[in-house]
Amino acid sequence: MIFQDYKLLQDRTVFDNVALPLVIAGYGHHEIARRVRASLDKVGLLGKERKYPMTLSGGEQQRVGIARAVVNKPPMILADEPTGNLDPELSAEIMKLFEQFQQVGVTILIASHDISLITQMNRRVLKLDHGQLIAS
Amino acid sequence: MRSHKKKAGFLNELFKADAYQGRPTPAIRSRQYKKGKNVAQSKQEGPQTQVAGGNLGDKTHAYLDLHAHDLFSSLGRLVDAPFTSIMTISVLAIAIALASGFYIVVANLQQLTGNLEASNQISLFLKDEVSETKANKLADNIKQNPNIQKVTVITKEQALKEFEAQSGFGDALKALESNPLPIVIEVLPKNTLEDGLELENLYESLKQSVEVDFAQMDMQWIKRLQSFMDVARRGGILISLLLGVAVLFITGNTIRLELHNRRDEVVIAKLVGATNAFIQRPFLYGGFWLGFLSGVAAWFIVTVMMLVLRQPVEKLSGLYDGSFHLLFLNYSETFALLAISAFLSVLGAWVVLSYQLQQLKPE
Repeated sequence: MIFQDYKLLQDRTVFDNVALPLVIAGYGHHEIARRVRASLDKVGLLGKERKYPMTLSGGEQQRVGIARAVVNKPPMILADEPTGNLDPELSAEIMKLFEQFQQVGVTILIASHDISLITQMNRRVLKLDHGQLIAS
Repeated sequence: MRSHKKKAGFLNELFKADAYQGRPTPAIRSRQYKKGKNVAQSKQEGPQTQVAGGNLGDKTHAYLDLHAHDLFSSLGRLVDAPFTSIMTISVLAIAIALASGFYIVVANLQQLTGNLEASNQISLFLKDEVSETKANKLADNIKQNPNIQKVTVITKEQALKEFEAQSGFGDALKALESNPLPIVIEVLPKNTLEDGLELENLYESLKQSVEVDFAQMDMQWIKRLQSFMDVARRGGILISLLLGVAVLFITGNTIRLELHNRRDEVVIAKLVGATNAFIQRPFLYGGFWLGFLSGVAAWFIVTVMMLVLRQPVEKLSGLYDGSFHLLFLNYSETFALLAISAFLSVLGAWVVLSYQLQQLKPE
């Protein structure tokens, strides 16, 4: 799950935020550390694991959110307006990141209002109107 | 369990996919070179990740780690807000100290009455002019009664000696010309007479003898004392119950406030898939610490109060025959105090959490 407002714990470090799903799932220390680093590396934030979310930019915070979403290797990621609070450049970056995950076999479902951004992606698009599927 | 396996399985796929970047397909070649370092790392991780997370030993270890972490982080939270913590703990400690104070007072009073319990002895104080032989005769007479267990004659001399030894007035007695003490016959009825009327009848009949000046049944004041003790004990239990409920509510409310303060954290943890047990755990440990620390503080309060009381009480007891020593909380009582206060606090926290967490749903 990825959220429009990131939903990060502001009083925890980036590392702790990303580690949360693994802690919940009951993984050991070393395993957590390894996976969190791998995950942060994928989103390009490896050097910032000790920072607090408040000190990061919006795009970086969203990437922390993405790292958290992929850290326990879900087969599917739901992203609720992941770029809603980001400028077009950052949005494109985030989308590229999603594309990378898609290429290693993760299904990604993105809800978005940003039609131009979505069409650029050149992927399957489902259009909803009041909960009804109107185009696919 | 199954979902973990599934995840672990998928994880491998993902890492394998990463590892393949070493021999890239043309489609992802461009990306791969940018992330060269990453690739090397992922390659190493690939085979290991399959084992970790699924291994039972690892899981137990991680589980214990989690508990230890929650245990100490919740203590850390208390320390982080010292003022609030001290206030809460003080209130709890006073409530617990009151309850255990009642307990220790009742225990001390019981020590006083304890050795008197079985006695329903009747003492006959004979008239001064009655001689020892007459007294012995009377005693023999009384012994004929089948309801009597034992009759003891205490002569004037014996009484004097006993009095000298116990009261500390020996010198004063020497100043007297004659022995002022009467002969006493102690009559111990059989235990079957313990209840009421028959004993009363016996007492009345003994009192009628011409030799008897004055008869005293110890039973009565012991009974009074015992019923007073019963009242005190029940009162103590009631007050302790009330205070216990107070402890429950105080911790419950404290934990509720903390839950409220950490609402965002709880909501996010829920969104990321935490179970209620996972979310509750640090709060329950928080409740535990509140109770435990309050128990420790209460123990100190009680002990200090007892120390303050000790000197006057020992002095008072010295003025009688000195067999009374102030009881403090012993080891098992101290342990019980800590255990009960910790348990009540955890219970209070648990009740509040199980209610509040149901209410708290992410939007």
